[in-house]
Amino acid sequence: MTAATAGVTGPPRRSLWRRTLNSRTAYTFLFPALLVMAVITFYPLVFQVWMSFTDYGLKNLKPTSPAPNFVGFNNYIRILNSDIVIPNFDFLRILTFNLFWAFTNVVIHVILGVAIAILLNVKGLKGRSIYRAIYILPVVIPPIIVATVWRNMFDPQYGAINQLINSTVGVIFKLPPFGLEWLTKPDPIINAYPLVLPLAFFALLAANTWLGWPLNSVVATGALQSIPGDLYEAAEMDGAGGWMKFRVVTLPHLRPAMLPYAIYGFVITFNLFYLSYFMSGGGPFGQTELLITTAYRLVNEQYLYGVAAAFAIFQFFILLALTLLTNRLAKTTASYDA
Amino acid sequence: MTTQNTLAISTPVAKPKAARKRRHKDDLSLRRQILLQLLCLAIAVTVLFPILWIVSMSLDTTNARPTGLNLIPNNPSLEAYKTVIARPTQNAVSFIQLALNSLLLAVLISALSVTIGVLAAYAFSRMHFRGREFLMIGILAVLMLPAIATLAPLYVLLNKVVIGGFNLRDSLFGVALAVLAGQLPFAIWNMKGYLDTIPRELEEAATMDGASRLQTFLRIILPLATPVIAVTAFFGFIAGWTEFYFSWQFLDHEQNFTLAMALNGMVGQYAGSTPWSSFAAFSILVALPVSVVYLFLQRYIISGLTLGGVKG
Repeated sequence: MTAATAGVTGPPRRSLWRRTLNSRTAYTFLFPALLVMAVITFYPLVFQVWMSFTDYGLKNLKPTSPAPNFVGFNNYIRILNSDIVIPNFDFLRILTFNLFWAFTNVVIHVILGVAIAILLNVKGLKGRSIYRAIYILPVVIPPIIVATVWRNMFDPQYGAINQLINSTVGVIFKLPPFGLEWLTKPDPIINAYPLVLPLAFFALLAANTWLGWPLNSVVATGALQSIPGDLYEAAEMDGAGGWMKFRVVTLPHLRPAMLPYAIYGFVITFNLFYLSYFMSGGGPFGQTELLITTAYRLVNEQYLYGVAAAFAIFQFFILLALTLLTNRLAKTTASYDA
Repeated sequence: MTTQNTLAISTPVAKPKAARKRRHKDDLSLRRQILLQLLCLAIAVTVLFPILWIVSMSLDTTNARPTGLNLIPNNPSLEAYKTVIARPTQNAVSFIQLALNSLLLAVLISALSVTIGVLAAYAFSRMHFRGREFLMIGILAVLMLPAIATLAPLYVLLNKVVIGGFNLRDSLFGVALAVLAGQLPFAIWNMKGYLDTIPRELEEAATMDGASRLQTFLRIILPLATPVIAVTAFFGFIAGWTEFYFSWQFLDHEQNFTLAMALNGMVGQYAGSTPWSSFAAFSILVALPVSVVYLFLQRYIISGLTLGGVKG
């Protein structure tokens, strides 16, 4: 009876394990998922590795067209040397920008999220539930809509941001119409190659801050509410003040909830397609292009399927390295509080 | 002490005072209450500003291009909604057609990811079998990859499936398959995490009474897993409803186009001819169905998140 194993918690006993080695039931349940994933996930991934060593292009698309040529590591070398016929392609700059983008966003989201969660957790605050209901709104709007709406908000002529500046600061100081080109201003604010940050970066950052902090705040709220009140009382007995209590009681309790979520947020932001693609279009001069939007353009605009495959494999290894690194960081720093 | 947390954010440098006057627990001085209210209101305004702006623009039909900041529309009317429902793009395709295509995509992805996913999640959660670890690592690895990572091979491979005049790549089914490739691992992982929390005693009791594995699954596990099934189905629905990059890459024919694709054509820089009120109305029509459902499901989605699940 395979079902007997279901009752076993912890490591299964040898006899039970042996009986369930007959894995037929399990594979019956798994069959549809394995079939689907084998066909549309694992096979394409293997095919992708093969593609990355060829010059697969438009000419090879038709069923009757010739097989692509084998080019060895040529695609990989071309990507690393930024030797690809795509406007403003610079692998090192894109990678640096992408890392910087994910990092700054997550730091801002976590700090704002925790701060606002603490604010809403203050005892005796009136209207708490109304604020909670309002603050969740950015989360429920589909990201593609958020991106297109913010693109229009930053429009130099008709966008809400410049008009807001016009109707407040502009009116007070009687300034001429303010038409800052948030998303297309060509000269970067920070130009320390490989880190190049145009004004568009800050516009993207603003939009993603609006989008990102509320969920962090929700996670932080959950963690805050699970802190037993007597810990604060005990800290008080020891003469701890507000800041001290935050450091010794609140922070260590927030950490286990916030850290996995921050790592998750980092990966999500690292691969955030919509804002870069719709708001700035990767511009100006490809300076706000991410790996993921570059990968998309390689297929969608350049028809370089072989190069795109090699690019995706780079992406895979970069993500793998990031995941291992963040997990390692999480583990090594965890020992302090445990 | 009532002010412990406030201090941390309003004045992070506050010195610890050993002898502070102890107030009643739920008390907040009027000054502090007002200060915090102002702070909360300021945050609320920044959150609400883009939403109010887009709603106001959708109702304001006097301007094709907003030339001043109006959060209260002039001559509010639903004209823009009518226009955009009648003819959302320059093409002949109607709003209903776009919405039906998006709906088909959303329902396909949602239904497939949940039905296939819940079976696999159950196996991973409750059974020991050969190759379990290996398969779980395989699924986790795929979960890490962004969906776009398989764009090139999926495009090339699906393009090879041609039956008569039907090209799988150039169809909503092809797009649904491509999206499912990314959505299924998430669905499995998300549901497995929840099934792990359902006590096993219930199944044991049923097994004692002679229920088969399938019966236990259908009669005991499925009803108990309703919240996570609803949430996973909903995430699948959103993935399909707002899908952009696969459909934009795969679909050639207007009659297959989706709402998200039409939206792309309406964004400022590309379409000088789209009145902004139409863009605003269209955005709201696309966002509203999923946003409203999200608000209702919020409780379940968030409880899954705070449980420490990998995915939100």
